[in-house]
Amino acid sequence: MSLDLNTVWFLLIGVLLSGYAILDGFDLGVGALHLFTKTDRDRRIMINSIGPVWDGNEVWLVTGGGALFAAFPDVYATSFSGFYLAFMLLLFALIFRATAIEFRSKRPSDRWRRTWDVSFSVSSIVSSLLIGVALGNVAQGIPLTADGEYMGSLLGLLRPYPLVVGLTTVALFAMHGAIYVVMKTEGDLQAGVRRWIPRLIALFVVCYMITTGLTLLFIPHMTTALFDYPVLFVVPLLNVLVVANIPREVHHGREFRAFLSSCVAMLLLMALFGIGMYPDMIYSSPIAEHSLTIYNAASSPKTHRIMLIIALIGMPIVVAYTFSVYWIFRGKVKIDEHSY
Amino acid sequence: MDVAILSRIQFASTIAFHYIFPPMSVGLGLLLVIMEGTYLKTGNELYHRMTRFWVKVFGLVFALGVATGIVMEFQFGTNWAAYSRYVGDIFGAALAAEGIFAFFLESGFLAILLFGWDKVGPKTHFLSTVMVALGAHFSAIWIVVANSWQQTPAGYQLMAHGNGFRAELTSFWEAVLNPSFLDRISHVYMGCWQAGAFLVLSVSAFYLLRNKHQDFAKASIKIALSLAIVASVLQLITGHSSAEGVAENQPAKMAAYEGHFEPSAPAGLYVVGWVDEGAGRTYGIQVPGMLSWFIHGDMNAPVTGLNAFAPEDRPPVNIVFQSYHAMVGIGMLLILISVLSGIYLWRNRLFRTRWLLWVLVFSVLGPQFANQLGWLSAEVGRQPWIVYQLLRTSDALSASVTANEVLTSLILFGLIYLLLFVLFVYLLNEKIQHGPVDGSVQEGKLA
Repeated sequence: MSLDLNTVWFLLIGVLLSGYAILDGFDLGVGALHLFTKTDRDRRIMINSIGPVWDGNEVWLVTGGGALFAAFPDVYATSFSGFYLAFMLLLFALIFRATAIEFRSKRPSDRWRRTWDVSFSVSSIVSSLLIGVALGNVAQGIPLTADGEYMGSLLGLLRPYPLVVGLTTVALFAMHGAIYVVMKTEGDLQAGVRRWIPRLIALFVVCYMITTGLTLLFIPHMTTALFDYPVLFVVPLLNVLVVANIPREVHHGREFRAFLSSCVAMLLLMALFGIGMYPDMIYSSPIAEHSLTIYNAASSPKTHRIMLIIALIGMPIVVAYTFSVYWIFRGKVKIDEHSY
Repeated sequence: MDVAILSRIQFASTIAFHYIFPPMSVGLGLLLVIMEGTYLKTGNELYHRMTRFWVKVFGLVFALGVATGIVMEFQFGTNWAAYSRYVGDIFGAALAAEGIFAFFLESGFLAILLFGWDKVGPKTHFLSTVMVALGAHFSAIWIVVANSWQQTPAGYQLMAHGNGFRAELTSFWEAVLNPSFLDRISHVYMGCWQAGAFLVLSVSAFYLLRNKHQDFAKASIKIALSLAIVASVLQLITGHSSAEGVAENQPAKMAAYEGHFEPSAPAGLYVVGWVDEGAGRTYGIQVPGMLSWFIHGDMNAPVTGLNAFAPEDRPPVNIVFQSYHAMVGIGMLLILISVLSGIYLWRNRLFRTRWLLWVLVFSVLGPQFANQLGWLSAEVGRQPWIVYQLLRTSDALSASVTANEVLTSLILFGLIYLLLFVLFVYLLNEKIQHGPVDGSVQEGKLA
């Protein structure tokens, strides 16, 4: 691996998508757990725990999509047109989710609120699942033509391995979201969600182990890099340690550190995914030569250079105010007249 | 129906629905800066209340803009894959820049704008308002850069890629400052300011007519009317300048705007008209020689007509003609309404002139229709090209997407957007009925 511009952009797209996974991951997770809370007040607190930040979190996906379009237009074109109905479903789920958050508490009616509660939760779970299924398909490989097009159907994407990756993603986000809720709430709600965490960790670990097993058995190209450069095994090893650290921190009531551990775990998972994929961006199976790579799917070096300048100017500022917003809204959620 | 027409209908309807919201965010964003700035300067609680009320409306408008905007970011890839491969080098870069420079800015500071009233001091809150307004304006810059490049491509070269060609960037600044960009961004900005200003005017005039929130409404009208007059008058100038640019850079579109067929003859401006595309003739009331005069400063100078282009290179004419003329007509009407209201306000008669207040209540629809019609004429007028004279719309589709798939998504978009629109109008109405008084959302009874 040499650090050419294509590799730099592979890493930058990875940073944007990891940012998305870590940030929107917890608010999708909060959505997945939403219906398990019972009272109206608890549900309002759940939604308002992500209230000021969910919109900014979703911008990481939008910007990730834009950056993919700019840096690797062929990947953008093939993935979104190839996974057409799956992506449309994801878009509809994201629309419903945004709408549910905005509208849910605008009226006191029970039926109104229940309807939006279900929309919020179901759309969060569906979004998480579809994101995982998409990643699973990209990893397992899809049949690409010589022109780099995927001509298959929606059903062709719902294969066992991508579905398992999808379920793992739901479990991961739910665990991540539960830790976030414990960090942002107090009282009975916090105590209740705290009791779910061990079960959610267990669920995630089981899914993760199945995914790892399937990857080792059936998706050899995802593990070649690890066996070629055994030093890279430090990534999965660290990952195990970080995940194991989560219940320890929760047990000691150090929610913020538990949440950080969970963030690092997600970053390491994305790193593992990136190591497995590099230099492919969409793996073609069975004809591996048709794969879209960081070279044959890239835009021109000039665009890569200019976009790098834009990223170097823009991203530090973005990180700065992302931190500022999280800092300003730190502490436990309080419902006031400005809340959702 | 085939994939091409279905994909075009889907793109047109989703972007048209999306474009209800961003202009209001941009215009209202600017007004919020003025309102909150006035509060900070004068310490007058009235402006504090005013800002808080319009921030709530802004939040609703913004949420709908976000929900419908995500779709746009990905729809180039889903339905226009060949286009995405062809222009990703340039068009994709503009979209990515929009995300990095505008969306993060907007969404980050929006949190403080909406939820930060008690978390930060008044100055920090004002700073957030300024940043959100700036973010909204930046966002318009990049998306208009991208679209203007489709209209008047510059700063690129065609290079072999895969089995075909694509446009690759040769000069970033030439691509950004392409020939139509400055005219079009100023035209878009004025349309946005009008959308925000007439929204505030409409709600405030409604309060006056109902004898509610009088002080609030009068002060709001003074601020919004100033912006409405400035934006409506400037819109005439930016519109004229845009039209001159179209005449120079996209003569087929200009000819369609005015239904001008003869390949090289003096051309007039229609006040109203009807285009018989089959016969290649336009009927209506015309000011002879005016188009020639606008473009060349000479009423007898020839203007390129549609017949100078091969039939397969001409845009649909009547729809472009009608939407363009309706846009211009509404623009003129908005100048009349805003200037007349200004005169009445200056003479201290506006607040008692009920008919004019009613006109203001309905004037909110003016910028909305003009914005939609303007984009309709600009985009349909560019046809049959998706990138002017480089790539045809029919060559830009996704090879892997079937007509049934697009039909499915189109129907779902139709249903979901209809629901969103009903909810939006319902909740906007609730906010307006509730008025500029503080009060929390009621507790639910859900046990």
